[in-house]
Parts: sequence; C-alpha cells; structure tokens
Amino acid sequence: MAVKRKKRSTAAENEIITLTNVCKAYSTGAPALKDVNLHINRGEFVFIVGDSGSGKSTLIKLLLRELTITSGYINVMGYDLSKIRHRKIPKFRRNLGVVFQDFRLLKDRNVYENVAFAQRIIQKSNKEIKKNVPSILAIVGLAGKYKAKPKQLSGGEQQRVALARALVNKPTVLLADEPTGNLDPKNSWEIMKLLEQINENGTTVIVVTHNREIVNAMQKRVVTLKRGVIISDEEKGGYIDED
Amino acid sequence: MRINSFFYTLRQGVRNLFRNKWFTLASIATISACLFLFGLFYAIVMNFQHIVKNAQEGVAVYVFFDDGLEDSRIQQIGEMILKRPEVSRVDFVSAEEAWESFKADYLGGYEDGFTENPLENSAQYEVYLSDVSMQSALVTYLESVDGVRMVNRSELVATTLTGVNALIAYVSVGIIAILFAVSVFLISNTVMIGISVRKEEINIMKYIGATDFFVRSPFVIEGMMIGLIGAAIPLGIIYTLYNIVMEYITTRFSMLSSLLSFLKVEEIFNVLTPVSLGIGVGIGFLGSIITVRKHLRV
Ligand SMILES: Nc1ncnc2c1ncn2[C@@H]1O[C@H](COP(=O)(O)OP(=O)(O)O)[C@@H](O)[C@H]1O
Ligand SMILES: [Mg+2]
Repeated sequence: MAVKRKKRSTAAENEIITLTNVCKAYSTGAPALKDVNLHINRGEFVFIVGDSGSGKSTLIKLLLRELTITSGYINVMGYDLSKIRHRKIPKFRRNLGVVFQDFRLLKDRNVYENVAFAQRIIQKSNKEIKKNVPSILAIVGLAGKYKAKPKQLSGGEQQRVALARALVNKPTVLLADEPTGNLDPKNSWEIMKLLEQINENGTTVIVVTHNREIVNAMQKRVVTLKRGVIISDEEKGGYIDED
Repeated sequence: MRINSFFYTLRQGVRNLFRNKWFTLASIATISACLFLFGLFYAIVMNFQHIVKNAQEGVAVYVFFDDGLEDSRIQQIGEMILKRPEVSRVDFVSAEEAWESFKADYLGGYEDGFTENPLENSAQYEVYLSDVSMQSALVTYLESVDGVRMVNRSELVATTLTGVNALIAYVSVGIIAILFAVSVFLISNTVMIGISVRKEEINIMKYIGATDFFVRSPFVIEGMMIGLIGAAIPLGIIYTLYNIVMEYITTRFSMLSSLLSFLKVEEIFNVLTPVSLGIGVGIGFLGSIITVRKHLRV
C-alpha cells in the first residue's frame, strides 16, 4: 500500500523526531515494527492509530528509549537513541513528558505530591516546586483537589493529574499512549482538548489512540500502523476504517 | 545534590523502612542478633586477652651464669638480651636478693643455721617477653651465649598462652565473616523486596528522568538505617548486661575479681561502639548497594 504523506517544509533543524528504516523485533514472534520511516517537526500534533497489536506502544517505547531499535536510525530531540550513553538517558527523558492509559499515579500520595514528585526527581528546589505545582494544577483544572488521593478521583481527574505530572517539568515533547482508553467520551474530550491546548503552547504532542470520533473531529496529522508498518500518514487525516 | 533533594531522599528511605515493616523488623532483628553475638564475643575476648596479657607479663625466662663469671660479662649479657626484639624487660636478681626472696617465700623466718648464702650461684636475669610465642627461640639463643650456665623457663604456660591467643584470633575472624555474610544476605533480601514492592514507582521515576543515583539512594539509605538500628540495639543491651555481670562478679566473687583483672565498661565500649555501628552501617550499605546495582538500572 502506498504511503500517503504530503510534503512538508522539513528543514532539518526543525525536525524533532526522525525514524529511518526502523525495525523492532522482540525475541519472540514477528517483528513489532518493520521499516518505519517517520519525521515529526517541532510543535506538531500527531495521532498514532492502528489496531491492537499493530506496534503503537512499541513505537512510543522506542521514542522514550525504554526499548532500543533492532535496526535503522532513530533520533529524538537531537539524541541518537541507538548510541546514547546510559548515563545520558535521564537528561534526555527530562525533555519528554509521558502519560499512559492506566494513569500510573502513586496511590499513597495526594495530587500535589504526585505532581511535585516529577519536580523532585529533577531536583527542583522547594521554592520552585511550590510555585510550579499549583500553577500546573490550575491549568489542568484540579487546583481545588490538590489534597485528594488518587482513589478519591474520577478516571478523568486521575488522567489530568498524570498530565500535570508530565507537564510540570515543561517537556519539549509529550507522548501519550492511549490517554483516553479508560475514560468516558466527555472526559476523553476534555483530555484531548487539554492536549491540544498544550500543543498550542508549543509542545510537540504525539497521541496514540483508538478514539475514532475524536481523531476524525480534531483534523490533525494521523499516522496509521498496521502489523508494524506505517500504512498511512496524513495531514488533517481521519481514522482509517479497516476491514 | 541539593539540600532539599537530600532530605527528600532521606524521607523516602525512612518511608521504605515502614513500608515493609515485617521485613525491616526481621532484618533489624537478625543484624541485632549478629552484632549482639559479636559484641558479647568481643567483650569476652577482650577481657580474656587482658587476663592473658597480665599472665604473659608474669612469664619469665631465668638466665643463670657460669661460676665466677665477672660482673662486666654479666653486664654485657644483660645488654645483649635487652636488644632482642621479643624481650620487653630484663631484671637482674643478685644471689643475695634471690636468697632473701627464698627465705621470705619458703622459710618464713626460720633461716637459723644458714651462715652462708646457700644460693651462692643463683645470680640471674629475669627476662620478660612481649610475645610469649617467641620463648623457645629466645631460650635456644640464650643457651648458646658464652658464660650462660643454665636457662630455666616454664614451657607449659608459654605454649598454652600462645595456643589460646591463636585460637581466639581464628575463631573471631571466622565468626565475624559468617555474621557478615548472613547480614549482607538479609539486607539484600529486604531491599530486594522493597524494590519489587515499588516497581511501579521506580518505573515512573525512570520515565520522568531520574538518575540511577536518585532512584537507588533511598534503598541504600534504607539498608544503612537497618544496619544502624540493628547495631544500636545490641550495643544498649550489652552495655547494660556488662554492668550487671561486673557488678555480680565483684560482689559475689570478690576472690575472682582480685585474682583476675577485668576491663572497665568504657574500655570495651570505646572500641565496640564505633566498630559495631561501622559494621552495621557497612553491612547495610553493602547489602543494599549490591542489590540496587543489580536490579535498579534505569
Ligand atoms: N515485551 C514484548 N515481548 C514480546 N512481544 C511483544 C512485547 N510487547 C509487545 N509485543 C508484540 O509486539 C506487537 C506490537 O505490540 P504493541 O506495540 O504493544 O501494540 P499496540 O500498542 O499497537 O497494541 C504485538 O504483536 C505484541 O504481541
Ligand atoms: Mg498499546
């Protein structure tokens, strides 16, 4: 199948994510990604869609350098991820924000501490933490619930805490792997609107999703994976109906 | 590391302690037991060595001279003996002094009838050793010296003391090594469980960009605190116990305590406290760092 991808102004220095002929094989089974070529510019908003098992999460893990590629070339924010030194990885990840379907909050800590956690890890001072955490909680609309524990929150609220945690360190790139997978349509829309707002403020946002309605409505770039291969890459694309 | 990051890490370490209470308690108890044995052993050994040392100081080699040897040669022999490294002290006992002391010890004043000194030939050197195990070498040497008629020694005491000293050294090294291994293993297990309980949190930390050092530190602190607490408890117990036992010995067995000299509690604890705390913290550090290096690679 031909890859439909409009020509974009890809000045190399504007490109923040580059994958060239990337293959990723796990030790068992067929390769999860095959010969993937993907270029994403600074400030883009990109949906990654595809059936379950098509390699979307694998792609996110490669971008995070949680996994290494089997062959090809991958560069994220100027880091050649197949060559990056182990002790440089934390520095690399500090420019990435990431959210998951299952929120991954610390259940024994309240909203404030969950967000402050991200700042402590990058060793911000208490003064900065006290300034940054409330302001990011206000952005995601949780200023009033900073004392609540995760299990006292709805799914949508928990995902907003996770989002606040991903954003508080001001990442260059935000990766979201099915962030609305556990949410009802209303909350899904709110999270997506937040992601869009974050993107409008300059952060590059990459969202893996199954939400056909939202993808079709938002008119963003859509990359479709099928069995580890990019079968389509469209500006203002839609959810490709498979069958 | 920033100061508030340091305190944060410290708090997380303490938190870990309480998070898996039962394993923490089990490790503290085991380390306490180990260091209690160590402390007890140390106190006993130190006292024993103190007593042995006192006894050693009383072990002498007696050197007698050929009949009519000139004083200048005797003087010379004395200087030669004193140059030997294993010799700590040399006392000269003249024939008269030997006779006086014999009278006092054995005749109890009934020395009538002795008009001349019957111990005419018993002028001697009493040679005290700093190291009893060197006794036979010294005796061989002395017997070869010109002008020496006879060398007397008490071999039995010397070999017994030497043997006991060696035994103490071997046993203490052995016990300490075993305790060390057991404790390291235990702490390592506790930290291992802490890591598996917090797998999720560690993963999140990695995504956010935590360094290996930041992720590992709380666990190392946890291990070191287990070691510290595990060392402090037996120190307290042994301190109390030592005082009670000494009190008991001096009141109930005053004979024994006048015969043998025991060390004061401060003399024991001046060394035992830093050593125990050091071992405890060291074990904690080692046990946790091993585990953390193996299982926590970001
Ligand atoms: N850790 C793993 N070990 C082996 N195979 C895996 C592993 N993770 C994913 N896979 C396989 O790789 C393929 C892609 O998985 P994934 O990237 O999770 O897909 P998606 O996120 O699109 O559902 C699937 O066939 C899956 O079974
Ligand atoms: Mg997935």
